[in-house]
Amino acid sequence: MDTLLSVLSANAELVITAVKAVLVAVALLQVVPLMVWLERRGSAVMQKRLGPNRIGPLGLFQGIADGIKAVFKEDNPPAHVFKFYYRLAPVVALIPAYMTFAVIPFASSITIGGITISFQVADLNVGFLYIFSVASLGVYGIIMAGWSSNNKYSLLGSLRSSAQMISYELSLGLSVVGLLMIFSSVRLGDIVRQQGEVLMQLGPVAIPKWGFFVQPVGFLIFLVSAYAETNRLPFDLPEGESEIVAGYHLEYGSMHFALFMMAEYINMTVAAALTVTLFFGGWQMIPGLPALHQFLVGHFSLVGLAADGLRVLFEFGSFALKTAFFLWLYVWVRWTLPRFRYDQLMDLGWRVMLPLALVNIFVTGVLIYYKVV
Amino acid sequence: MIVKNKPGLFQRFYLLEALKGLRITIAKVFQKKVTIQYPEERREYSDRFRGMHYIKSVNGVENCTACMLCPTVCPAECIHIEAGEREDKEKYPVKFEIDALRCCFCGMCEEACPKDAIKLSNIYEMSQTTREAYDKEFLMEQRGHK
Repeated sequence: MDTLLSVLSANAELVITAVKAVLVAVALLQVVPLMVWLERRGSAVMQKRLGPNRIGPLGLFQGIADGIKAVFKEDNPPAHVFKFYYRLAPVVALIPAYMTFAVIPFASSITIGGITISFQVADLNVGFLYIFSVASLGVYGIIMAGWSSNNKYSLLGSLRSSAQMISYELSLGLSVVGLLMIFSSVRLGDIVRQQGEVLMQLGPVAIPKWGFFVQPVGFLIFLVSAYAETNRLPFDLPEGESEIVAGYHLEYGSMHFALFMMAEYINMTVAAALTVTLFFGGWQMIPGLPALHQFLVGHFSLVGLAADGLRVLFEFGSFALKTAFFLWLYVWVRWTLPRFRYDQLMDLGWRVMLPLALVNIFVTGVLIYYKVV
Repeated sequence: MIVKNKPGLFQRFYLLEALKGLRITIAKVFQKKVTIQYPEERREYSDRFRGMHYIKSVNGVENCTACMLCPTVCPAECIHIEAGEREDKEKYPVKFEIDALRCCFCGMCEEACPKDAIKLSNIYEMSQTTREAYDKEFLMEQRGHK
C-alpha cells in the first residue's frame, strides 16, 4: 500500500491526467442519454405533445431503457456487407468524437498541496486546430459505413455527408481565424482566460471580451458551419426518408446503430462546448455569479481550498449551463427551420459562408491594424 | 388567385426571419399540451358514437325476436342468427353472433331493428385474446349502456 502510494505521488502528473481523462470520458457518456431525452421531450413540447414521460422522473431514464434495448437487440449484419469494415465503421466514427473533447477546458485551475490541477485533459499547444483535425477523421467512419454496407442508398448518404462536412469545414476553420488574430493564441486555455477581460464599460454594465462581442460575424459563420458539420437540421442531408432512406447507417442495427447515434450526439456536445469556449467565455462565470461567489466567500469566510473549490464549482456550472443552452439550441433550431435542398446547402457553403468568412478575416485585420480591437 | 410573395432584401437575409421562427417555436413550449395519456385519460366521445354492439334485454330476456332484419340489412354480412322457438311459442335467437372483424360499424342494424334489441354502445376497446366471434352471451351483457 505504501509503495503504491509513493509510486502514485511520484507520478502525480500522470495520475491526475489519467483521472481527468476517465472523468471526462464518463461524463461525456452521460451526456448522450440526457441529450436523447432532451431531443425527444424538446421535440414533443414544441409540437404541443408530452413526449416520453413514463420511465423515471420526467421520463429521464428513457435513455437507459433505449440503451438496454439496443444492447440486447440481435446483431444481424446483412449477407452482402463487407463484414470487417462494417463492424469497424461505428468505432471509427465514435472515437474521434470522444477525442476532440480532450482540449476543452471546463474550469480554471486549482492548487492542492503544491500541485496545480488545470481542468482540461490536455493543454495542447495546437489548441482548437487539434479539434478540427481530429473531428474531420470522423468522416472516415461515415465513408466506411456507406461503402461497406454495399447499398446504393448508404453510399449516396455517406457521399452527401462527407461532401457536406468537407465544404463546411472550410468556413468553420476560417470563421475562427479572426478570433485567432485577436487573441493571438490557439490554446483554448489562453483564449478563455483572455475572454475574462473587460471589452468596454457601458455605465454599470461591463461587457466582457467574449468572442461573440469581438467577432459577431465569425460566431454566426461558426454556428451555421457547426450545424452542418454535425449533420443537424436544417442541414441533415445525409438522411432523407424519400430519397436515400436513412443514409449511411441504413444497414446498421442494434448497438452498431447506437454507436453512430452516440457519435452524433457527442459531436454535437463538442461543437456546443467549443462554441461556448471560443465565443462565450468558456468557464468564465455568467453575469451575476462572480458577485454571488464573492458574497458566499465573505459570508462563510471561506479561505484557501474551500474558496477555490467553490470558484471551480461555479466556473464548471457556468460552462455546463452555457453548453446546455447551445445543446438546447440544436433542438430549438431543428423544429424551427425547414431543411435545405442539397444545391442550396452547397450554395450557402461555398458562395455565402466562405466569402463572408474571408471578408470577416479582412475586416478584422484592418481593425487590428488601426488598433480598434 | 395567385399570391405573389416576393421577399424583400431584408427578408432574403433570412437571419431575422429565423429569429422570428425561433420565437414562435419557443412559444409553443409553454402552450397547453394536447396529449391524452391513454390508459389513465380517455377521449370524450359523444353518445352517438358507434362502438361495440350489445343486445338490449328486459328482465334478463333479450328483446330480439330473430326477425332477421339486421342480417339482411347488414352490408358487411357479419351478423349470424339462428332462430328458435320458446315454450310459449315465441320466436327467439338460439345463436346470435357478430363477427366484429367484418363489421364496419355503420349502425344500420340498429336502425333496422323493430324491437330496439341490437344497439351500438360506446365501447371502443374490442381486442380479444381468441379469434372467436362475439356470441350471444357476450352481447347480452349490458355493461350499463343507454
